[in-house]
Amino acid sequence: MRYAMAIDTLKCVGCSDCVVACQTENNVPHGYARDWITETVDGVYPSLELEFRSERCNHCDNTPCVRTCPTGASHIIEGGIVKVTPGKCIGCGACIQSCPYDARFSSPEGWVDKCTFCDHRIANGQDPACVEVCPTHCMYFGDLDDKNSNVSKVIANRKWKVLAPEAGTDPQIFYLI
Amino acid sequence: MKTTRRDFIKISSLGAGTIALGTPAIKFLAGADDSENKGKSGAVTRTPNYCEVCFWNCAGWVYKNEEGKIWKIIGNEDDPHSYGRFCPRGTGGVGMYYDEDRLKTPLMRVGEPGNQTYKEISWDEAFEHIAGKMKEIGGKYGNESIALFKHGSSGKHFGKLMSAFGSTNQAGPAYAQCKGPREEAFALTFGEPLHSPEPLDIRDTKCLVLIGSHLGENMHNGQVQEMSEAIDKGVTVITVDPRLSTAASKSKFWLPIKPATDTALLLAWINVIINEELYDKEYVDKLTIGLDKLKDHVQQYTPEWAYGITTIEPSQIRATAKAMADASPSVIVHPGRHATWYGDDTQRIRAIAILNALLGSYGRRGGFYLPTKAKLPGFPSEKNPNPAWSWRDIEPEKYPFASDGVTNLLVDGSHPDYKGKHSIKAWFVIGTNLPVSIPNTKRTVEAMDNQEFIVVIDTMPTEITGYADIVLPECTYLERYDDIRVSPHREPNIALRMPAAEPKYESKPAWWMAKELAKRLGLDAYFNFENYSEVLDWQLKQIGSSLEEMKKIGVKKFEREFDDLYFAPGEIPEFFTGSGKIELYSSELAAYGFDPMPVYKPLPEPEAGFYRLIYGRAPMHTFSRTANNPNLTDLMKENSVWINPKVAKEWDLKNDQKIWLKNQDGAISSFPIKVRVTERIRWDSVYMVHGFGHKDKRLSRAFGHGLMDTEMITNVLIDKESGGTGMRSNFVTFLTEKPEKEVQS
Ligand code: SF4
Ligand code: SF4
Ligand code: SF4
Repeated sequence: MRYAMAIDTLKCVGCSDCVVACQTENNVPHGYARDWITETVDGVYPSLELEFRSERCNHCDNTPCVRTCPTGASHIIEGGIVKVTPGKCIGCGACIQSCPYDARFSSPEGWVDKCTFCDHRIANGQDPACVEVCPTHCMYFGDLDDKNSNVSKVIANRKWKVLAPEAGTDPQIFYLI
Repeated sequence: MKTTRRDFIKISSLGAGTIALGTPAIKFLAGADDSENKGKSGAVTRTPNYCEVCFWNCAGWVYKNEEGKIWKIIGNEDDPHSYGRFCPRGTGGVGMYYDEDRLKTPLMRVGEPGNQTYKEISWDEAFEHIAGKMKEIGGKYGNESIALFKHGSSGKHFGKLMSAFGSTNQAGPAYAQCKGPREEAFALTFGEPLHSPEPLDIRDTKCLVLIGSHLGENMHNGQVQEMSEAIDKGVTVITVDPRLSTAASKSKFWLPIKPATDTALLLAWINVIINEELYDKEYVDKLTIGLDKLKDHVQQYTPEWAYGITTIEPSQIRATAKAMADASPSVIVHPGRHATWYGDDTQRIRAIAILNALLGSYGRRGGFYLPTKAKLPGFPSEKNPNPAWSWRDIEPEKYPFASDGVTNLLVDGSHPDYKGKHSIKAWFVIGTNLPVSIPNTKRTVEAMDNQEFIVVIDTMPTEITGYADIVLPECTYLERYDDIRVSPHREPNIALRMPAAEPKYESKPAWWMAKELAKRLGLDAYFNFENYSEVLDWQLKQIGSSLEEMKKIGVKKFEREFDDLYFAPGEIPEFFTGSGKIELYSSELAAYGFDPMPVYKPLPEPEAGFYRLIYGRAPMHTFSRTANNPNLTDLMKENSVWINPKVAKEWDLKNDQKIWLKNQDGAISSFPIKVRVTERIRWDSVYMVHGFGHKDKRLSRAFGHGLMDTEMITNVLIDKESGGTGMRSNFVTFLTEKPEKEVQS
């Protein structure tokens, strides 16, 4: 089992619905977010390329955040989901420093928070909140080990990229291009 | 078409008349029917609602957590407006409920008009005072002299009250500040306005032309979703925009047009499509009238001619015309929604309508489908009195094609410079922040200062509340019943709104306010119910459903009565125009002395050092009303002014630098705005998102954040056909130092 996400940049409109849906679903306090939108513009008017990306923790296969965590609060669960146990986290921020994607933040309660792939929803057979809400239906979630899952199929059929491959973390969010 | 759809309309009005029988069958005790929704401890519960954060009115479920607190809102899978997915504003709608800046109690102005000091009063005092004033002003000047400005679902309840009271001086910015010209242009061409949601068959279209729309930034939910589906199926998107909009970035063709020249491009497209015989010959032959006249008329509008005006290359104009024709009839030249741009808007959208007619897209798969509605009878009520005059009589010569109340006419009739016989003396304003929604704030304020009495009903202390004599706090859509949503769509469908929680603070639903006022005005007979749930249950039972059923399902769909989603092959429908045909040449326009076919007329250009102000929408905000929503300000808390790098260099402007704007009439912005240097905007224009720069300090998150575009919109060009207020003929320049004048607060 290897959970992953594919996000179609040809359809994403950068609306941030995925951000606000995550905030309400997971009661993320105002002013904080587990996912966010990046906009890149290339070229000179009128020869332009515009890309929106919905970004979050990449649930990497090779996890500097887990390695640097001194207490074991950062850990990996079934399906490769990277999680933080609030009770164990001392808020030292080592993981925040080690993540090349800036995917973690210190919550007002003092522990480190990040995307969980909505594992509480996956357990009920639901998609993560961001995937379920996206009005352009541009996000695909599922098990990469299952060749018939939505995410396996789009990754097999489309061109894709991952962010900062040079960091060597083996990220599991795939951007369809 | 005429047979099936006309009959349909007839049947439904007949239905409503025959069932007008007196007392409703079932009575609930006020509030008692909500008990099952008071979240039981330990269980997550959900109640149906339809979203009020924008006019799309998506249906969904309001979830409450184990403690019974409103938690999240999720789309209803059966809903054709949302297809089970809300847009960011709808998802963040919980913030409308939790916003701690909400209006909490009825307020009464203390002292003189203009003095913004208020005292809290009870609902009883408020109603006694308002009813007294209504009687007094109605007695002096006639009940017609009291006008209603309204928006959204709650506006309807006060609409009923005012109609019962004898005033049809009712208008909303949704017409003259938004889609008015579009509705008239389509009515003049095809015999019917488009209504909302627009019957665009985007999911099955092969070519989508966006020339008045930035879908994806305006989150017209169903359309955004269908566009995405069409992208998956390989649709050709053509976007005309001086700005690289989100949609433009997803388009096969982006035509970076010089702003204010759209009509020239549209006419050149018509020229190519006719001259190169790219139009749908059989359709145009059988269904339309005026092709010969149109052909002659557009000979002058060649692509080469248009190039000099629009800066779009003739080859691009031809290639895009060809792409549309290749997809015909599965092509949509999008009619847009906020259409009040340049004061010639009915004519510009007529060109869009004509283009669709030539491409044979109206009434065809992948073009415009033919919508239908559920037939929900109205709740039995007294017949309304006939008012002696109405908004049209304020300036009888003006706007002959306006089919709905024109807000700016009501402002004219309220203004001290009004010379006619039909003056407005008092205002009710519900759900619309007029100083921001109607352009030329100064004139609106002068009109308000000239009123004897103003009542404002809202959920938030927006700018308009500062002009009121009485402010009534409305509860949010998550805390109330409203009318059943009955919308035109592919299938008839209805949706229920019910309270998910008790109204916070002292706030109350608009239906209750209207009813309580009616009592004090002796108009009880028009509000013959205790709780609005009775009205809904009675109505629902007439069509084989019930409140109980709707509480469980939220949305109910019905079969179409006729198999007429599109015209049948070979069908020759009759249209509700003067000629019964689609009018390429409009005899009606000609009869009133307007251009029967659209003519290109150059619009004013900015002087050196000035840039055309273009405004638009961000996906996470609606107008000016979400700027204080705690969830949505998290996503975007202020607007910025987009400036092309060349221009920024000339002015030495940097990203995030705060500047003030000044327009061609010398109006200076109250607040500064951050610069965004970006290639996404042309060098002759600047762009900003509408709805920021709030001036009321009671909006703690929105106050002073960003700039209010309407402050810069002092040159308003009015569409003579419909009364729509064109707002895109304003030019701004940059002030890098804080201007001398005091910043208002
Ligand atoms: S909800 Fe979907 S379309 Fe909107 S920003 Fe997120 S991924 Fe993009
Ligand atoms: S994205 Fe950052 S936080 Fe997430 S698994 Fe990778 S390194 Fe860790
Ligand atoms: S489009 Fe968005 S804001 Fe408008 S009604 Fe739907 S969910 Fe609400």
